[in-house]
Amino acid sequence: MPDHILATNNLSKEFKGFTAVSAVNLRIQRGHIHALIGPNGAGKTTVFNLLTKFLIPTSGSIHFNSTDITREKSADIALRGIVRSFQISAVFPNLTPLENVRLALQRKLGVSYHFWKSDSILKQLDGRAMDLLDAVGLAEYAGEITGELAYGRKRALEIATTLALDPELMLLDEPTQGMGVEDVDKITALVKKVSYNRTILMVEHNLKVVATLADRITVLQRGAILAEGPYAEVSQDPQVLEAYMGSSHD
Amino acid sequence: MNKILWIILIVLGLVAPFIVYPVFMMKLLCFALFASAFNLLLGYTGLLSFGHAAFFGGASYITGQLVKISGLTPELGILGGTLFAALLGYIVGSLAIRRQGIYFAMVTLALAQIVYFIALKAPFTGGEDGLQGIPRGKLLGMIDLGHVYTVGGSPVALNLYYFVFALFCFGFWIIYRTINSPFGQVLKAIRENEPRAVSLGYKVERFKLMAFVISAALSGMAGSMKSLVFQLASLTDVSWHTSGEVVLMTLLGGVGTVLGPLAGAFTVVTLQSELSSVGSWITVIIGVTFVICVLLFRRGLVGELGRVLKRSL
Repeated sequence: MPDHILATNNLSKEFKGFTAVSAVNLRIQRGHIHALIGPNGAGKTTVFNLLTKFLIPTSGSIHFNSTDITREKSADIALRGIVRSFQISAVFPNLTPLENVRLALQRKLGVSYHFWKSDSILKQLDGRAMDLLDAVGLAEYAGEITGELAYGRKRALEIATTLALDPELMLLDEPTQGMGVEDVDKITALVKKVSYNRTILMVEHNLKVVATLADRITVLQRGAILAEGPYAEVSQDPQVLEAYMGSSHD
Repeated sequence: MNKILWIILIVLGLVAPFIVYPVFMMKLLCFALFASAFNLLLGYTGLLSFGHAAFFGGASYITGQLVKISGLTPELGILGGTLFAALLGYIVGSLAIRRQGIYFAMVTLALAQIVYFIALKAPFTGGEDGLQGIPRGKLLGMIDLGHVYTVGGSPVALNLYYFVFALFCFGFWIIYRTINSPFGQVLKAIRENEPRAVSLGYKVERFKLMAFVISAALSGMAGSMKSLVFQLASLTDVSWHTSGEVVLMTLLGGVGTVLGPLAGAFTVVTLQSELSSVGSWITVIIGVTFVICVLLFRRGLVGELGRVLKRSL
């Protein structure tokens, strides 16, 4: 039996009568890069928000490492090792990239509530933070104001910040969205690089990226799973071709 | 550079009672602390409270009660007022942080109005008259805060001034420390991008509540100080005007800057005292000043200065 890091059972979400996600049974295998694709409005981001508890499921359950996490809160999920990124780059714009990464590292120090201590005690994290920035090619921008960085670099910073938590499962919401070609290749390589020793679930529109990266693909349509399997298999599925592939190559 | 600035400010604070009218200076210190405490919430956590007068005024009533009726020494009176404000802050904060943005502001306003109503109706607050003639008392039972020295021919309550100045420095230091602490870093993260802070595993509600309580406690300390300075705790201190005034001071000076609230409090308190002869027109003048400031320098006085100097002040 395959080792599932994350599993959902009949996960559903309704918004005032509109079913955004309907009876989704997702199985994410440990160590895989798993892609979630589907046409606009298929419910991909809703599934993401359900998995990370930014939304509460109407019914169904979510299991992480065989533990039921359906009722847990967002921050608790993060402590368990599920860390997400956002569709619109999620950085702290008025802080430096170094501070951004340090914020992810600082939780482990256990001083986050210590308002009477000087923040100079965070300097001990600088080395680790610089390593992470270096890994995503941002070392030279460590002291800039994050908000002024180019878009691709903000996304890279977001990945560095997520990595700082050393998550078991990384959820990436459209990591290459809104990027130029050269940035897309960089981020693709980066995702590949960081996938070592962890599991990644990503929502992605760019099928080239999906084809390059994903071990397994789930296709969503109107909130329900349409097909699941390796890229080669799914991309030949006539149902998928009709529902998704046809409309996406425009 | 920063150190020199701080030393200059402290020296100015120490010699101020010999140069300017000391009561004006003490009023300024009270409001500067109040605005700084408020700024900790608005500027560094991104929470707009519209009910901070409840802590400021509530604490001044408690201090008045403790000193005047129970006959406690002033430092205990101030401690009591501050603790009361912290407790009230915990209650108001617990209810308000469940909501965000404008709803947060509305909850704080509504709860502050309840405090105002209690202050108006309860027997121990003196209703419309307020608590008058609050004694300044003897600090630690030894130093008479009411003692008046003659400086250049005019009476100056130097003991009280330095007591107030020391309290201000202490309160301001706590705020400064909080802003520049690991805790402060998380607050800034929440201000910048709350969902991201959550996804990094921070329980933002706890952080917000803690910031709220610290801010409320120090606002209370400022109110307690004011009740000793003016020997009066009145309805004005708990009214929504005061809540609005502190928003104005903070925005005027520069929200999210360390020195901004001081500059804002200085501007507003100076305008109020210099223009006190024009009567109710003062509200109009301050209002117009505020509008001009917001239109011309959106970051506030200190914020714009910091932008010109390319450093955070």
